[in-house]
Amino acid sequence: MVEAKTSGMKDRPLSPHLQIYRPTLTMMMSIVHRITGVALYFGMLLLVWWLIAAAAGPNAYASVQWFMETLLGRLILFGYTWALIHHMLGGIRHLVWDMGYGFGPAEREWLTVATLAGSIGLTIVLWFVGYLAMGGIR
Amino acid sequence: MSDHTPGSMRTPLSRVRHLGSARAGTRHFWHQRLTSVANIPLSIAVVVIIMGLLGRNHAAVVQILGSMLVAITMLLFIVTSVYHMWLGMQVVIEDYVHDELTKFVTLMANTFFSFAVGFAAIFAILKLSFGL
Repeated sequence: MVEAKTSGMKDRPLSPHLQIYRPTLTMMMSIVHRITGVALYFGMLLLVWWLIAAAAGPNAYASVQWFMETLLGRLILFGYTWALIHHMLGGIRHLVWDMGYGFGPAEREWLTVATLAGSIGLTIVLWFVGYLAMGGIR
Repeated sequence: MSDHTPGSMRTPLSRVRHLGSARAGTRHFWHQRLTSVANIPLSIAVVVIIMGLLGRNHAAVVQILGSMLVAITMLLFIVTSVYHMWLGMQVVIEDYVHDELTKFVTLMANTFFSFAVGFAAIFAILKLSFGL
């Protein structure tokens, strides 16, 4: 029985996985949607650190502010901004698909390009406005 | 009974309940969508709040974060997005972790992490509001 089972397992055809397919934009964006989701999962720690520091007092808050103004802090924040916006726009795209719209060859490509262009564009605009609000780069 | 597929192990009652083999039906899928829709206005609001706090000192940040409208918005955002990320990470784990013990442990860790992060954020917002 055991022999029959293991040999049967070996002969079973495997369903093709990612590496079989030619990469397409919609497929890459589906993967990026999941990656940004996982990044935001751990990024929540940053938001919680900020909130707890604000609740803890001026000294704790000053250390968060110091970190956010370092190059690493700025890079993480920039990535966080993009991941949040990209995941949100990607989510809207998925909601449109969930409703049954936007599945045509041209539509789905257009939606996907719009998600990517929109997330990059909005991130840059937000950071520009942010620096304006703070009175220049620092 | 006429719709009972020959050879099916499912009882007529389980077919009526539409809950499938996982006994949960489409609840996970639906809650993921529900929280995603809620997160659209809420995350825009939170981005606006954070942009408004840029460059402000601690006292001003505490005052703004502790004000009623901002605190309620932040609380709603935390609840919906932590629930959303809890559900999302569960799917990721179920997709990629196949060893039963590791899957069990990581699914458990996902729940612990989500609750810890969520309650820490909620506590911080309430403390900012009530100034304890």
